[in-house]
Amino acid sequence: MAANQKKIRKNKKKSILQAARVIRSKNSGPFELTLDIMFKNKNYYELFKKNKIITARKIASLYQIPVSDVLKIVYFDPSQAIKVTIRRKIPSGSPGDTDIYGAQQHVPLFNIRF
Amino acid sequence: MPGTKMKRKLPPFKILSTTAILGYGFPESSFWRGIRKKPDLIAADAGSTDPGPYYLGAGKSFTNRTAVKRDLRMMIKAGVEKGIPVVIGTAGGSGARPHVDWCLEIVEEIAREENLHFKLGVAYGDVSKETVLQAIKEKRIKPLEFVPELTPETVEQSENIVAQMGVEPFIKLLKEGCQVVVAGRSYDPAVFAALPISLGYDPGLALHLGKILECAAIAATPGSGSDCALGILEEDSFILEALSPERKFTPQSAAAHTLYEKSDPYELPGPGGAINLRECTFEEAGNGRVRVRGSRFVPSGEYWVKLEAVRLTGYRSISIAGVRDPIMISKIDSILKEVEKRARDIMKISPAEGRIFFHVYGKNGVMGELEPVKKTLSHELGIVIETIGRSQEEADSLLAVTRSALLHFGYEGRIATAGNLAFPFSPSDVAMGKVFEFSIYHLMKVEDPNFFRTEIREL
Repeated sequence: MAANQKKIRKNKKKSILQAARVIRSKNSGPFELTLDIMFKNKNYYELFKKNKIITARKIASLYQIPVSDVLKIVYFDPSQAIKVTIRRKIPSGSPGDTDIYGAQQHVPLFNIRF
Repeated sequence: MPGTKMKRKLPPFKILSTTAILGYGFPESSFWRGIRKKPDLIAADAGSTDPGPYYLGAGKSFTNRTAVKRDLRMMIKAGVEKGIPVVIGTAGGSGARPHVDWCLEIVEEIAREENLHFKLGVAYGDVSKETVLQAIKEKRIKPLEFVPELTPETVEQSENIVAQMGVEPFIKLLKEGCQVVVAGRSYDPAVFAALPISLGYDPGLALHLGKILECAAIAATPGSGSDCALGILEEDSFILEALSPERKFTPQSAAAHTLYEKSDPYELPGPGGAINLRECTFEEAGNGRVRVRGSRFVPSGEYWVKLEAVRLTGYRSISIAGVRDPIMISKIDSILKEVEKRARDIMKISPAEGRIFFHVYGKNGVMGELEPVKKTLSHELGIVIETIGRSQEEADSLLAVTRSALLHFGYEGRIATAGNLAFPFSPSDVAMGKVFEFSIYHLMKVEDPNFFRTEIREL
């Protein structure tokens, strides 16, 4: 029963895709990957900012990386955007890399709900 | 104002940025619209580390020669004829000596073909191993985030060490009357900001404007790296203006660009200091233009430059194949593990000597270890088999053995006994050549921002 209720409550949460206008990833130099979330409007941005929906722990769990690999989370008011920078597991172009530009590493962020 | 004499007001300084990367092209109509605005400077950034370590190591440009020549011809011809300085930064894509020389050869060809005569300034971005080794000894090197400490051994293994030059070498060459400046590895904004800074414009505004203009019209909406943009620098602000009717700058588009490819949008570190954007505002200025105010340059006291270099890590071969069999797809992880073991047994090659990677598209080819979806639902998989050896021959043979082991591997439950892979091409294997990796990505403290080698040629 409790589990079921929890499930229902979880389903009531909305996908970040409803709030975000842009969700993207890109290299910030060869050793970092930077993730941008730009919101559709100020309300969504303020909501995410005030409730600290995006934390280093949340990012670490979405990407299955240690929290210490999350370098920083910055709120950028002029763009109503949150920027998260994480360590690249493999530097750009080093053997084993799968995405030289880091432009297709954003999808785990789609799982954020609010 | 009685009793006070106003400082002479600086006139608007106009900068025409032609394209995000020299060789990406730009519409002629935008270029001429820009020229009709009577710019004081025509500039373009020509490089990036984005395409990966190969180009710096191999001394090759990631841009196409014909395309670079086309862009340069228009810029230089208009610049020389109208007496507008033309500045190119990070020539040849990576900005080491072979890249700069490649670009200079193109510039000299254009001068000959168009019968143009001008003073050409060259600033090389290369830093010798001795200089870096000395800096390690004197504790003047620090790694950037997530980068290991720099050791003398790494310096010895590295090739084409470059440093991002600031505005100083550009100013030096422009002051000597160079009509065209071609520079090696440069801090992108310096290419645009050097001349106005030397004329007394605010360095914070000039560098921030440069930071936006280095991507040409990418910061407009719709954004484009293959279209021109105009920046108008004034005493207390700057204006961004698009040069084709289908684009405009908006406060949102300009602000959003500030986030691009960097970890902290409020503080953008560069040679000698950082651009601070905490007080920065973006306002609508009418006619698809945006006015930006409040960008500040905060000198760091000490002068640090960013070093970049790569080292050779082996030679690569690849083979591309597809898998359609659902039984095989369901066991793909264990099959690939077993195949690697078999290939190593046959070749007697340890992971330290030769590396084998399977890029499995349809499973985790794009995200690798970061992929949260562990079980594929795809009905087909694309596999790129990649080997890296100590020589091309070693990579080739490791690939051949791995490829045939996978093609004929008898996995449990196998029904299709004729072959496991669909090859789209004959030959199936491609020798890819040298593999480089970034080895130096560190800051070095220097006494003189003008330690870069410069020369002037009369064309």
